[in-house]
Formats: sequence, C-alpha cells, structure tokens
Amino acid sequence: MVERIEQIEAEAKAAIEAASSATDIEEARVRYLGRKAELTGILRGISDLPPEQRGPVGSTGNKVRKALEGLIEAKVDSIRHAELEKSLAGDRIDVTLPGSPARRVGHLHPITRTRRMIEDVMVGLGYQVMEGPEVEHDYYNFTALNHPEGHPARMLQDTFYVEDEQHVEQVLLRTHTSPMQVRAMEAAPPPLFMIVPGKTYRRDSDATHSPMFHQVEGLAVGEGITLADLKGTLLAMLREIFGPDREIRMRPHFFPFTEPSVEFDVSCFRCGGSGSLDDGSRCGLCKGIGWIELGGAGMVDPNVFGFVADSGYDPDSVTGFAFGFGVERIAMLRHGVGDLRLFFDNDMRMLEQFS
Amino acid sequence: MRVPYGWMADYCDPGLLPRDLAERMAMTGTEVERVVTLGPPSAEGFVIGKVLDVVKHPDADRLNVCQVDTGDAGSADGGRTIVCGAPNVAAGQTVVVALPGAVMPGGMKIKQAKLRGVESNGMICSDRELELGEDHNGILVLEDGPAAGTPAAGVLPLAEPVLELEVTPNRTDCFGIYGVAREAHAISGAPLAPAPWDGGPIGPGVGSESGDLERLGDPAGAVKTADRARVLVRDEELCPRFTARGYAEVKVGPSPRWLRSRLIAAGMRPISNVVDITNYVMWLTGQPMHAYDLDLVPEGELVIRRAENGEKVAALDGNDYELTDRMVAVADRNGLAGIGGMMGGSVSEVSDSTTTVLMEAANWNGPNILRTSRDLGLRSEASSRFEKQLHPDLTLRAQAVAARLMVEVCGATPMTGIVDIAAPVPAAEPIWLRAGRVERILGLAIDTDRQARALEMLGFGVQRDGKDLLVSVPPDRHYDVTREIDLVEEVGRISDLDRNLPATLPSGPGRPGGLSRQQVLQRRAEDSLRESGFDEMVGWSFTDPNEKDRLRLDPEDPRAGAVRLANPLSEEQSLMRTTLLGSVLGAAQRNLSRGADRVALFESGRVYLPAAAFGPGPLGGDFPGNTRPPFNEPQHLCGLAVGSVDPSTWRGEASGADFFALKGVLEHLAGSLGTAVSVERIPGAPTQPFLHPGKSGVVRVDERPIGWIGEIHPLVAAEYDLDCAVAFEIALADLLQASPVGEEAYRDFTPFPPVDRDLAVLVAEEMPASSVLAAVRDSGGELLASVSVFDVYSGEGVGEGEKSLALRLRFRAPDRTLSDEEIEPIWSGIIAALEEIGGKLRG
Repeated sequence: MVERIEQIEAEAKAAIEAASSATDIEEARVRYLGRKAELTGILRGISDLPPEQRGPVGSTGNKVRKALEGLIEAKVDSIRHAELEKSLAGDRIDVTLPGSPARRVGHLHPITRTRRMIEDVMVGLGYQVMEGPEVEHDYYNFTALNHPEGHPARMLQDTFYVEDEQHVEQVLLRTHTSPMQVRAMEAAPPPLFMIVPGKTYRRDSDATHSPMFHQVEGLAVGEGITLADLKGTLLAMLREIFGPDREIRMRPHFFPFTEPSVEFDVSCFRCGGSGSLDDGSRCGLCKGIGWIELGGAGMVDPNVFGFVADSGYDPDSVTGFAFGFGVERIAMLRHGVGDLRLFFDNDMRMLEQFS
Repeated sequence: MRVPYGWMADYCDPGLLPRDLAERMAMTGTEVERVVTLGPPSAEGFVIGKVLDVVKHPDADRLNVCQVDTGDAGSADGGRTIVCGAPNVAAGQTVVVALPGAVMPGGMKIKQAKLRGVESNGMICSDRELELGEDHNGILVLEDGPAAGTPAAGVLPLAEPVLELEVTPNRTDCFGIYGVAREAHAISGAPLAPAPWDGGPIGPGVGSESGDLERLGDPAGAVKTADRARVLVRDEELCPRFTARGYAEVKVGPSPRWLRSRLIAAGMRPISNVVDITNYVMWLTGQPMHAYDLDLVPEGELVIRRAENGEKVAALDGNDYELTDRMVAVADRNGLAGIGGMMGGSVSEVSDSTTTVLMEAANWNGPNILRTSRDLGLRSEASSRFEKQLHPDLTLRAQAVAARLMVEVCGATPMTGIVDIAAPVPAAEPIWLRAGRVERILGLAIDTDRQARALEMLGFGVQRDGKDLLVSVPPDRHYDVTREIDLVEEVGRISDLDRNLPATLPSGPGRPGGLSRQQVLQRRAEDSLRESGFDEMVGWSFTDPNEKDRLRLDPEDPRAGAVRLANPLSEEQSLMRTTLLGSVLGAAQRNLSRGADRVALFESGRVYLPAAAFGPGPLGGDFPGNTRPPFNEPQHLCGLAVGSVDPSTWRGEASGADFFALKGVLEHLAGSLGTAVSVERIPGAPTQPFLHPGKSGVVRVDERPIGWIGEIHPLVAAEYDLDCAVAFEIALADLLQASPVGEEAYRDFTPFPPVDRDLAVLVAEEMPASSVLAAVRDSGGELLASVSVFDVYSGEGVGEGEKSLALRLRFRAPDRTLSDEEIEPIWSGIIAALEEIGGKLRG
C-alpha cells in the first residue's frame, strides 16, 4: 500500500510539473487530491486496514498529500505570474513620448543667476550682502566718495539727475554701487566686509553701454588690510567665477575714492591668457591681449574715512579696499552674450536658454 | 591725448617698441587706448627724389613723364621715369618718391606699371597720399636740402606711431608731451632731456637754445608789452592768473612743414603759424594759450570778469554763445572778446593781415570751467584741460616756449616783459613719506632707496631723513599729490606692482558671511515663481509718462510718477516706474508679437515712490546710513500670464491661464514661504483701474494688504495688444515679514482619527466664499480642524441669484476619538452661524 502511495506521488508530481495552464493544474488537483482521488480514498479507508499497516500508510499518505498540495500551490502561483507577465507584455506604451511635466519649467534671468553666484562666492569669503538706494543723494554718490563739487571725475560718469525744485542737482540716480560704502560704514564700525549688488545708471546708450546696468561693489575695512589682500581676494573670486587656472592683473588707475587705485583684468579663459587659439588665430574674446578687463578697485582713500570718522573709521588704525565691477559683463563673458541690450529686451527665447 | 612717438622722443626715447611702451604705460597708470600708425604702414621704399626733367605724356593731356633722381641704380642714367598727374610738378623740385614695393596708407602696393604706354617706376607723393596733410592740389614739394635717395622718414614723419592715451583726470601733466616723456623716463629709465621751457628742445625747426625767459625777456629798445596791453582781472577766484605778451612785426602765414606735421599727428588742424603755435605749445606743455590780434583790441584793454546774464559772445567756432553770471568772460571796451578758458572771440581773431599779437596764457578755476562747459554744451581742447585745474605757474612755461616759436616761426619781435596778474598761490608744503607706510598700504616692502629714486624720476624733489623721505611736489602734480597716501601710490605704480605684489587674503571679518533672512527668502520667492513656470525678466527702471494713461491711472494717483529725471535720454525714459506692471505688459507684448504663443513672466524689482513709509528692511526701502534715501524704493514681485501656464502636451491641450490659475501661483509662492495669502474684494475700497473690476482683488497676508491680483482690464490689455492676461503685483518685504520660515515651533500631532462631515449651503451669488468659511470657522471652535470648499454650483435646482457651496469639515480632538454626540452641538452652532449670514442648508 505504501508503495502504491509512492507511485501516486510520482505520477502526481509529473502531472503537476507538466501542467501549463490554470485548467491543467486544476485537473491535476482534482485527480490526485479531489474527493474521488485514489489517495483520498486510501486515507479515508485507513481504519479498514490491518493495525500494523495503519501507521506507515497514514503517515506516508498524509506526507504525500501535503507535498502535493504545496507543489500545486507553487505551480498555481507560477502559472498566474506567467499569465500576468504575458498580459503585461502586451500592455505597451511608447516610452519615448515626452513626459507630462508637473509644471512648465521657468527660468531665472541670467543677471540674477550671475548675481547670486557672485554673492555666494563672496559669502563664502566672509562677506555680508547689502542693498542700497538707487535714487540717491549727491552726498553719498559723490561728495562723501571724495568727489568734491566741481571735481572733473564727476564728468567721468554722466549722471542722471532727478528733477527737484528744492534741491537742484542734489538727488540723482546712483552712477555706481559705491554710495553704499559710505552708508554701510555709517551704520556699523569696522571690521566691515560687505558686497552690494544692484542697479546703477549712467547717461549712455549703445551696444556696450546701457543707461541701466548692474554692479557689485565690495568693501573690506579692518586692521592691516593691504593692496595685496585686494589682489588675493579678487583672485579668489575670479577663480570661482572663471575657473581655477585664472590669473589676475592689476593696472594702476585713478578713482577719487581709492588711493592707490587699480583696474583689474582676468586672464582670458578661452585662450588661457596667450592671446591666440590652438589653431594660431587671434583669440576673439580677449582680442589677442590675453586679459579681459573687469572692473575697478583700490585702497579706500583716507578722505572717505574722514566722512565716517564718527563711526570709528580712523585711517591711522584701519585700512581697507574696495572694488566694483559689472554683472552684465560677467554674464556676457560666461554665456557668450554679445549685445548688452539683450538683457533688457526679455525675449523668452533668450531667457529660456538659462536654467 | 594723442602722443606722436617722435615728438615724445625729442625728450625721452624709451627705446621700446610703441606697443611695448603702451603696455608699460598701461601697467603704470596711463591707459593707452591704441597705437596707430600715421601714413604708410612702413617707411620702407619712400625716398627723397629730385625732379630732373618733366615732359608732357605723349598720349595723355593731364599726365607728365618725369625723370627723377632717387639716388639709386634705378635712376643712374638720367633719372628714374615716373608718370605723374600732378599739375604742380616741375623740374628742380625736391619730392617724396614711393619706389616700387612701397606700401601706401590703405595698403596699396606701388608697382612698376605702364601708364598709357609709358613705363612708370614709382610714384611722386602728395601730402594727402602720405596722410601728412589735407593738401591734395598737387605733389608735396620739400625745401631743398636732403639729398636724393635719403630715406624720407628722416625728413617727414612717415609711419609715425601715435599713442592715444586715456589720461585720467588727475594727471594733468600727461596732457602735455613733456609730461608723457617724463612718464616714459620713469618707466624705462631712459634719459630725460631738459624741459622745453628750461633749455630743452622745442621743435626740429627751432634752435636748441630754447625758449628760456631770461634770453627773450628784454630785447633792447623794444616796446613794452605793458605799454600796448592793459589787463584787469576783476575776479581772481575765477581767473587766478593771467599772463600776456605782445609781439610786433608778426608775419602771419602757413606754419613750416614740421610744425604742421606734428599738429596733424596730434590730431589738430593747422590754421596759421600764430594759431598753430598756441596749439603746439598747449600740446607740448599742457597749458592752453590764446592769441589776440592786438590791433583789434581797443586800447589794448582786456578785462577778465564775470559775464552778465544774457551777455553774448561770437566765438571762434562761428557760434554765438549766451553767457550767465556764473561764467567768466574776457571783455574788451566794446563787449566780450572771449569765454574765459573755453574759447576766444572772433572780434580779435588773428588773420592774415595781423601784425601785432597778444599771446595769452591764463589760469582758470577748474570747477567753474567744468560747469561752464556743461552749461554751454561746449568743450574745447583748452576747456578739457582747464576743467581739471591746472597750476597757475604753467602759464609762464607756455609763454617761454611760445616766445621762442614766435621769433623763429613768425619772425616776430617780442615786446619787453610779460603782463602777469597773479593771485597768490599757497606754496605746496613738502610731504613726509614715513618708513613702513608703503608696506602698510601695499602689502609689499620697497626699500627706501627705490622709493626715493621712483619719486625723483617722476619729477618730485626728495630729501632723505633716515628711512623717512621729505618730498616736494612740482607744480604740474600740485593738485594730484597732496598727501602721504598719494606718494604711496606714486611709488607703487612704478614699482612693477603687477609682478611683485603677492596675492594674500585679509585676516578676516571675524564673523561669518551670509545672506540676511530677507535675502534668503527673496531667493525662495523668486525660485517659487520659476518653479511655477514663469521666466524672470529684468525691465527698465525708466518709464514713459504715457504709461500712466495706458494703465488708466488717475493723474492724482501717486503711481502716476514720483521720480522725474531732469536730463533723461529721451522723453520715453523720463520717469522712474512706480509699478512693475508696465514693464511686464511691455515684455509680454514684445514676445507675443515675435511669435510666442503664450507668456508667463515675472519680475523681481524695485519701484520708486514718494518717501513716505519705509520698510520693513532693505527690501522695503529701509536702507542703512545716517540719511534717509530721497525716495522710497520697495522691492516688488509682479507676475503675468497670457495663455496657458502649464504646457500643452501630446495628451491634451492646456487651458488658458485664468484668475484662479494665477491665484494658485500666488498661493504656491506664499506656501513656499510657509505662509498664506488671501484675496479679498473689499467693499468700497477702490479697485485697481488697470484690472477687470469683477475679476480682481486685494492680496492680503495676516489681514494686511500687500498687493493686487486680477485679470487685466480689456482696455489696458488692448493697449498692449493682448487678448486676455492675468497678473499680480505684491510688495515683497510685506510678504516675507509674514513668513515663519526657520522659526516654526513644533506642535505635537494627535494619533486619534478625524471625523469628516460635508454640508451644502445655499447663499447669495455675491456672497464671497471666504465669508462663508469665516462663519464656519468662527463657530466651529477648537475641535474644527479645517474647512474647505469642494464644490461650487449654480443652475438647475438652485434659485436665481443664489449659489450652492459644498463644504468639507474635519473635526479632531488631540486626546480622544470624537463621538457623534460631541460633534452634534458644534454642528448645530455652525448651521446657525450659516443661517445668520443668510445661508440655507441644502437637502
């Protein structure tokens, strides 16, 4: 009898193994485990067996029954999965079609992006970011920056004045972000490390001059600050903006509110400062010079400290440097924008090129 | 300032290629805009020729066949054959020949060529062809002297390099050739000749014993200047010094070639020898001059005084100028004879018939000249120097050089003495340059000897006192170098700073850098609009006075314009904007006209309003500093959408942006700052004239109004060629103030489940949903966790003039699961509150 059970087991296993559909497996289940199945009959008739056979037959029969139940269950699962896979494989989409955007993607203006980048670099060097008024008193834009009344340097920056019957020529659109040097020093004693990004205005308009443009001013005042520190600071900033291999060049210049004054250039990032490209042609970016002019800087003139002496700025105990440069210029260089006026035209075909 | 290299080399030849000199000058503080070459690109192939013979060309009336000795093999046998079309060519002339191979200005290369059958072996040149002058009536004919075959460059400034300097306004000394030569000396170390007023050379045609005052001061038996000219200075503040010298027997005529060539190279037009001398002296010394025909000055009397308002003067440029009493004039007995420091008058202009000349070298008040120049809209070479404030002592230098030239060039007899009316000038005190000062400022040690040497080469007087230096300043640096720090700069700029200065970082601010809270949140706000699909734009701060009409603003509205420019570039840019809306509408219009099918733009920028309330913070217009800004400049955010905000895709067409789409953007913006805005229609409050009155509202945060949102009024939209647009504008600082970002306090949340209940209420059509929600909230008590509208319905089943709002209410207690019995009384209270505002519960 035990042998018969083992025979049944072998047959059933083969049948289960061979089943390839839900129907096949159900047939196998009915045939080998159903009410009319032989194994079921054997187990049902155990009590009719001689006592010495009841034990072995019962235990073998139940073991086989359990094993077959497990096999059938596993087979059912496997057949279901296969059928699911089959139906999924037929349920196709074209994955190459564009996704449905959560929202349209907008873009920040290249001036904003450039300004933020500069801010982040300078914040990393320990600077605060400050804002100041664009419509400003003459005092802050000129007088306190050591441009006395009638100083020819006032002519260097063609100024927009505000119509104001009470104060003729006393209110103007700031021609640089430098007025905030004085405001910031009035507001806080040294040490002071700050930058001022913002709009500035000059009465000038062509492809390279816009009557409105953006500058970033920098000011560092404390004990023992030198022109060499200015050079190091500008170099660190320019390398963040234009790449780690950049060099800086400072050319003596004149600004009324710094002494000594310099203009600073960065080595050309297209030709590496050589002035010529790999094919031997002249570099168009730096015009073959190897350097790109960026801005003005210098050591804060003691006369400027004189205007903020009450806030603790004594030229015998502190020195400082200041610098300024154009945001558009950096953006034009970094992104290859050829015409300054494009920044204020706001054509979306331009704006959407900058993410 | 144009500096012909050869002229500068009279005083200092630095022995550098012009472009290398330019580079060195740029690195020491004098920008060289460019180096140009006058005339042919190279002097190669240009030689002196002697015209031996001229015969008519057999086949051309206007051409001559010349035989020219050019001192070379090509002209050995009876001369070189050159065909020449000039009418003035004649045998015996000394001319300039361009030999085959020479390159003319503009790049044309001279070749052997047959002209109507006659072989021509070169070209005889005119002034104009060599860019030496404007004369093109014929060939250039030189005085006899140079031998045939002499390189022409030895005689004429061919291929003359000219440095175009961009002189900074403090460096008045570099507005004269001699000052530039001294700079070249300091840069290169090459020797410097004495100054032209101090025994140095004056020009190629002028004897070397120069224009020193002592020699020419008192020719025996001559007339005295003071006998012929009387000068009164009535305003010493405006005219600190006036010097004048008379000349008799002046022969007015064209200047000699060398003088004309130098003026042309310097960019000036030769006029006559006397006028040319004034210009030459100015270019050489930096001190402008003016020449009067003394016979045309009644009684020789000149008065320097303030002009009267409305007084007119006919100036040398042919224009009449009307002066004011802020300007200084030179008057003769009959009226004005010039505008001080600006331009002479035509009344006593030097002409061909002039024989007696008064040479003026005066000093004027710089700021006053600057203002006069601006007020008159007139800028001359003289005024551009005087406005930077010259030193009064330069006047006598100019007189010394001019005297020599008047004698040599015009054959004039100088009158004895110079009329010199001078206000006292405080002597320049010597300045100490203390040991260690240079290093303290530059961060680079330069030893005392090198400091002293640098200053001496720049023309300063230096006395040593241990490691300190006592420095005296020459007159032409008087106004520029007044303090120790100025000496530091002088030492620094010629110490090859670029190469030697280390790059270090300052020891540090002592506190971390960073963005302010406002700045952090501003970025977040801008980023949120970007995330919502809006492109950021940057509009002009300027606007057009007509914008207020396009926006339908009342002329009395403060937004009709607060800041008006006195000198705008154009009327279209004469006001500062008071709203960003005009800029954004304009940009939308431009984009649509260029083919965009939808627009979603935002701007984060300032508006310019009357100075009233400032703040909060810099974004609200409250800037640091002792003096309030003259106007209020709060930062605004303005967004505008035309067409869809979300994109159309292959799955379906996007719907056009409407009020609610934009309100969603605004809510996203507030949400990204951790706060919320509400939009209300405040009864009785004025609506924005540029918005659709039925589809717009006030944006509020914490009950405070911060801006507006709505559909653009169709009349305004039409002004900008838009069909339908929705927009908002808010004051950024006010929104940021409500943001709790970074300051949120954690509140425990409950594990007990909420109970949700819905209701539908009928209310009057015009009842705002916010009032219904407020009634529910106010009556719901602490257990009402939230309430929201999930449907709005009007139409069938709802009465005329009514709408049905479906609300979802969520109740929750922190410490227990709520039972229906607990909710029931609250529910009744809510129903009662809704009935109180006229609501009827639906079925």
